[in-house]
Amino acid sequence: MARFLSLAAAVEEIIRDGDTVAAEGFTHLIPHAAGHEIIRQRRRRLTLIRMTPDLIYDQMIGMGCAEKLVFSWVGNPGVGSLHRFRDAYENGWPCSIAIEEHSHAAMANAYEAGAAGLPCAIFRGYLGVDLPKVNPNIRRVTCPFTGEELAAVPALRPDVGVVHALRADRAGNVLIEGIVGIQKEVVLASKRSLVTVEEIVDDFGERSANAVILPSWTISAIACVPGGAHPSYAHGYYARDNAFYLAWDKIARDRDSFLAWMKTNVLDKGPEAFAVHSTRLRVAAE
Amino acid sequence: MTHTANEMMVIAASRALRNNDICFVGIGMPSAACNLARLTHAPDITLIYESGTIGTKPDVLPLSIGDGELCDTALTTVSVPEMFRYWLQGGRITVGFLGGAQIDRFANLNTTVVGPYNKPKTRLPGGGGAPEIAVACGEIFIIMRQATRSFVDKLDFFTSFGHGSGGNDRARLGIKTKGPTRLVTDFAVYEPEPQTKEMIVTSIHPGVTREQIQGSAGWPVRYAANVAETPPPTAQELEVLRELNARTARAHGEAA
Repeated sequence: MARFLSLAAAVEEIIRDGDTVAAEGFTHLIPHAAGHEIIRQRRRRLTLIRMTPDLIYDQMIGMGCAEKLVFSWVGNPGVGSLHRFRDAYENGWPCSIAIEEHSHAAMANAYEAGAAGLPCAIFRGYLGVDLPKVNPNIRRVTCPFTGEELAAVPALRPDVGVVHALRADRAGNVLIEGIVGIQKEVVLASKRSLVTVEEIVDDFGERSANAVILPSWTISAIACVPGGAHPSYAHGYYARDNAFYLAWDKIARDRDSFLAWMKTNVLDKGPEAFAVHSTRLRVAAE
Repeated sequence: MTHTANEMMVIAASRALRNNDICFVGIGMPSAACNLARLTHAPDITLIYESGTIGTKPDVLPLSIGDGELCDTALTTVSVPEMFRYWLQGGRITVGFLGGAQIDRFANLNTTVVGPYNKPKTRLPGGGGAPEIAVACGEIFIIMRQATRSFVDKLDFFTSFGHGSGGNDRARLGIKTKGPTRLVTDFAVYEPEPQTKEMIVTSIHPGVTREQIQGSAGWPVRYAANVAETPPPTAQELEVLRELNARTARAHGEAA
């Protein structure tokens, strides 16, 4: 059963140095507050998995938390490069980082295989391209029924899955609506999981047709962090802070301005600092 | 009404989309072209973004592939694994719309690295959905600005497969879809030559010269026997595109 903990206590207990950690959220519900807590607690040598490592991993990599990145698209969406990732990968600052690169289809299938308890994922992919030449984890298998050659990648089974969700009920069940992304698969694929939520409620109320519910017994710990996805967004709560994604490009371009921003906004702050964003970017009730 | 080369490019790309297309949309210029088509000649086009939104009708262009606007205006939203397995791999998409950092004459694309993979001169974002979009969609449209550093003789990395080395390369790999059938640039429209599959110029935008086209391409550009002149943007196309861009700028600015 999920336990309700403070974010600091949850990270302290669940995430260890050297762990393989997948903090997911496909544009929507990216668990930024949890990322900041991992930085504050100075976790090291993490293998970070994420389909689209954006600002959350740029910050963790720039603060020296990671030794390896597994990904399928690394950038600041619609804006440009992740400067801290590139500085680590190209110049070894603050430490060098290894990469394992896939396509989105491969990562999505690999999480699903992890959730399904399978050793690998099989799909039609990677035809005619160069990634299989540089990533030994991309192989081919032959369908025993039709003879078709298909791509195979190992299942993703992270030590820890970290996601942000809309709300939890008091029993610790968790609700996600809107762009549901890969949230369910990453929690079910991971050995341990940490879910941050916007609020804890007595009853979920009316649910949309594509609502995802994660039962309490699939989750290790829940921490309530209003605004915890900022500058990503929470459907029905607050909007994506597109202006911050644009601003990050300038902040992260330079090591000193990056470190200054991290000190002011992460190291010297706590999870409660996120609440202001949920108010500032609040969306009108539908 | 006068227009810019960028506007001509987006408008020329949008015209290729049909009202009954099911279109997998990339972010940036593909997204502008697809939504322009929806707001002009193809009101019933189904736009799908890889974040899982199906049949979305955004009022402003999204900055990212998963802006809330896309979900709020969609017919339905599915999970990311479902998007890639049932909808893309399942063969339900008629057109995939891609861009890239580098392209060659057979419309293979590189969005991974400039320079060697392990010691890149420039590390680019990588493939994302493109490697499978390029083979699973019925056909592929590409939109890219022409420049010698992006229109190259030889790609540094094959991120997604176009026509390979030409000819029947796709069929040889067991790929049943058409691949790139149209490349729209700020200068011209290219289509694959039927036998060789090399992308050749079939239409030149108004006011553009063959010298400009060759001067911004890293291979000897070839032309169809009959090269058309791209019809200039209509007043309606320009007006709708400019309003869309203005709404988008206001929306993303106001988020501050």
